[in-house]
Amino acid sequence: MAYQLIGKNFTPPDIRAKVTGRAKYAEDVRAEGMVFARLLTSPIPHGRVNNIDVSDALATEGVIGILTADDEGADGLLTNEPKYVGDLILAVAAVDETTAQDAIDKIVLDIEPLDFIVDPLDSLYPGGPNAWADGNNVGGGRTGLEARRIKWTAQDFAAVEEDQLPFGESAWEWSFGDIEAGLTDASFVIDESFVSQGNSHHSMEPRTTMAYWENGKCVVHSGCQSLTATLPSLARQCGVELENLVYINEYCGGGFGSKGTVTHGGIAARLSRKINRPVMLRISRHEEFYIGSARGTLQGRVRMGFRADGRITAIDFQVIQDGGANGGFQDSGDAAAALSIIYQPLSMRYRGIPVRTNTTPRGPQRGPGQNQIAAAVEPFIDQAARELGLDRFQIRIINAPNNDGTVGGNQVPVTSAYMPEALERGAELFDWETKSQQSGTRKGSKVYGVGIGQAYHDVGRKGYDGLVVLTPDGKLHLHSGVGNLGTYSYAGTTRAAAELLKFGWENCIVHQGTNLQFLPNASSQTGSNTCWTMVRTNVVAAWDAIAKLKEIAAMDLGGAPEDYDIGGERVYAKSNPEQGLTYAEAAQRAIDLGGKFSGENPPEDIHQITKLAVEGIAGTGLVGVAKDNLPMEGDVPALACGFASVEVDVETGEVELLDYVGIADCGTVIHPQGLSQQMKGATVWGIGMAMFERQIYDPQNGLPGNMGFEQCKPPTYLDVPSTMSWDAVDLPDPQNPVGTRGIGEPPMGAAAAAIVCAISDALDGHVFKRTPIVPDMIVNHIAGREPSNGVLQIHTA
Amino acid sequence: MTDEKTLVSGVEMPGMESRLDDGGVLGAIGRKAASRRQFIKGVIASGAVVSSAGYVFGGLGGCSTDQPGGGAAAGGVERLISLSVNGDTRRVDALPFETLAMTLRYKLGLTGTKLGCDRAECGACTVLIDGVPTYACSTLTHTVRTKAIQTIEGLEGPNGELHPVQQAMIDELGPQCGFCTPGQIMSSVALLESNPNPTRDEVRHALSGNLCRCGAYDHYLNSVMRAAGNA
Repeated sequence: MAYQLIGKNFTPPDIRAKVTGRAKYAEDVRAEGMVFARLLTSPIPHGRVNNIDVSDALATEGVIGILTADDEGADGLLTNEPKYVGDLILAVAAVDETTAQDAIDKIVLDIEPLDFIVDPLDSLYPGGPNAWADGNNVGGGRTGLEARRIKWTAQDFAAVEEDQLPFGESAWEWSFGDIEAGLTDASFVIDESFVSQGNSHHSMEPRTTMAYWENGKCVVHSGCQSLTATLPSLARQCGVELENLVYINEYCGGGFGSKGTVTHGGIAARLSRKINRPVMLRISRHEEFYIGSARGTLQGRVRMGFRADGRITAIDFQVIQDGGANGGFQDSGDAAAALSIIYQPLSMRYRGIPVRTNTTPRGPQRGPGQNQIAAAVEPFIDQAARELGLDRFQIRIINAPNNDGTVGGNQVPVTSAYMPEALERGAELFDWETKSQQSGTRKGSKVYGVGIGQAYHDVGRKGYDGLVVLTPDGKLHLHSGVGNLGTYSYAGTTRAAAELLKFGWENCIVHQGTNLQFLPNASSQTGSNTCWTMVRTNVVAAWDAIAKLKEIAAMDLGGAPEDYDIGGERVYAKSNPEQGLTYAEAAQRAIDLGGKFSGENPPEDIHQITKLAVEGIAGTGLVGVAKDNLPMEGDVPALACGFASVEVDVETGEVELLDYVGIADCGTVIHPQGLSQQMKGATVWGIGMAMFERQIYDPQNGLPGNMGFEQCKPPTYLDVPSTMSWDAVDLPDPQNPVGTRGIGEPPMGAAAAAIVCAISDALDGHVFKRTPIVPDMIVNHIAGREPSNGVLQIHTA
Repeated sequence: MTDEKTLVSGVEMPGMESRLDDGGVLGAIGRKAASRRQFIKGVIASGAVVSSAGYVFGGLGGCSTDQPGGGAAAGGVERLISLSVNGDTRRVDALPFETLAMTLRYKLGLTGTKLGCDRAECGACTVLIDGVPTYACSTLTHTVRTKAIQTIEGLEGPNGELHPVQQAMIDELGPQCGFCTPGQIMSSVALLESNPNPTRDEVRHALSGNLCRCGAYDHYLNSVMRAAGNA
């Protein structure tokens, strides 16, 4: 279908501010009388605060006030049972940060050390310690599980062979098909345990908040991936009704899952209310490590059966997820779902358990679960291919999901999937046939290897609202409740409404960044769902506006609404295009008519947030507003594959990524430059997962070993190839009106997996069974030494 | 954390200026954590004790209405100094231990210079000191009194014309979240001043002290190559 805007590049309205320094992030905001807060954080991995003596601190000149967990509404933001080094105990407000920090140093903290663990397996042992004093070691957080205590039996641990993951009672479980038959009848069976280490999100912008109160309203400046989606939880944190919260978040300096909602803004807001001054709570890089969330570590085991032709007959997957101090996210189940869709096994069983540890809180990070499992399991597919004498590309093709694909234990059908096409396109662009012939060739100390990776994420949600307004000046106001994470999808998705209304983009104004702009209820900008989900809301809002335009035209010019069409920013009679109204005229008529036409009488089924937004703009023009009630059947997949070539230096263990090609299966491409950014940015993340990033914890004292950027290095310019190639299948998804699906997450897993497979390929197929693969692992392997890590050991250097 | 404790209190810093004249160039020649260590060593050698956290600062005369002890010259160092920022002379009350990033952001209102780590690891605070890209988080304000400071706000022409690097960043959709962008641009501007016709690899190396967590490196490189006319 020929579109005017969809599939075309555009200049996002916020980008000029980004290149001129005018973009205001939370720490760039100032307020009259603003004071600064500093945090007192836990020096030990788990303890109970018995007493806090703040008398000397409060007596310090320049100190304004202190907020602890005992203050109203602060429990949950601050704690008297810190559960990791860096957990937040209290905040001190003072005229400047030095004064606040000096006051913190005068606080006498009586803290009683409690049991702690950093490895989930330790907590699962019979009688093992628990991360929380309540004794519950499983669930809570964002796992969707009630917190409870699970201990495995000595028999569970004794029953497994050495170097394999033991497993007892699970917290999550599903299966389909006959696993045992699938394994028994297989020509080749893999049975391997593996580790995927966790890592910090480390967004460039620390999660600073500035908050103040004005006329009964709480004003919060804080960077967040989402906008309207964070309002209810933020209002609760601040202790205000939704209508009394003003949230300003025009720019968010990176999130990657860690800023799906505002996580610590309530501290500044509560402190501000207590001392009646604007409070700037700057978060340092170290504090960002502590409270900024991290990816869950996985300790897993897969048994996989393969037919002689490479078709996967069975997957038996069991996994322990390090839930960190908060209980964690749902990485393990997401990993299982990813295995089920990527390989379409004939049978599968999944058992998972999230275990609390006294390490930083864990949350979703770019492709949570799906990306770890891609890097862990794709090398085993190569192993099977080698064993069965198959090409590593062909074994992926034979298992790859197409439109008949299903996901998860209930084998939910996909809305569409084109992984075979993606693989074919990638192989062609990369020239797999030629390059795979060069595997293992050596130049000096460097050995060449190539690899393929595949990954998945579910990217569709429904039920959110769209809001557009045509004003009498002939402009289209596109109200985007999506956050400004840096993907530009807050604007890209609104172009669907402009497209349907046949508006020139130059006459469109995107409203975003604060609920003062009257923004509709939108999905959180997480899970790569914005494209699929929020294009739908923009489309239903545009349809509503078009219906109202035709209704007004019929009312004024005679005939029925269906006698009219739109084009050239006019609504006109199909029989006589000269007869019609300009959008500007129709917008004025909508104001005159009032009622539903100008937003005075919005639909019943829209969210309270949208109702507040519509109230704000009612009477200003022709209002198109609707909830997305379009059908949604099945799972909306984002799929990606990647092809990598590396050189492994067998003397130093250093790996250089020479060449990378990434392919997206994300439906219709709506913004090519934005897609390019996601493909390449996710690839950089994949490089980090494969080769660099992990959290290190000292098991004896529970101390983190790498808090900053230097010790926990994200990839730099010099760690990534000078150029990276990408392409997209660009075939439409039938359940999105313009055919798009999101993509931000799986290209990372695809890249990580491709690199891990390429390293393995350069080393005669040796699989390290852990990520990241760091040089000493490679050097040890080449020298024939034992690995410095145990097979299941986590949080290691 | 007690290890973030700061004990700075109006300490005289003899020899600091000449020492950190070199320090200012550290940003250009070794912009890694080593330069941070050099910076701290320089301060310690000159008699001050500085936090390894570096995030704690004081005497924000410009942004705090009722700070204690403000105004008095600490340790005999002249606090009211003149800085050349973006071609203008700006009078500012800067404490002896104050970093340029804090002066720019909290006293001169130039918030385009970002703080991503405040410890010379990320490059978000990169500004030009006499044309040399430098981490403002690890440069003491007093050491740049006699130098020309250029920030992201100083790149536009008088009528809002964008610098070619800024325009190329828009055309190539350089930034994602945008937080590291000012630093990336300042490093790029400095490179093109000294090497107007760089290879892609030269750009990579010139920008390697600027982290981008979004991973927008490829788009940033495309932008700089376009600005250089090499796209």
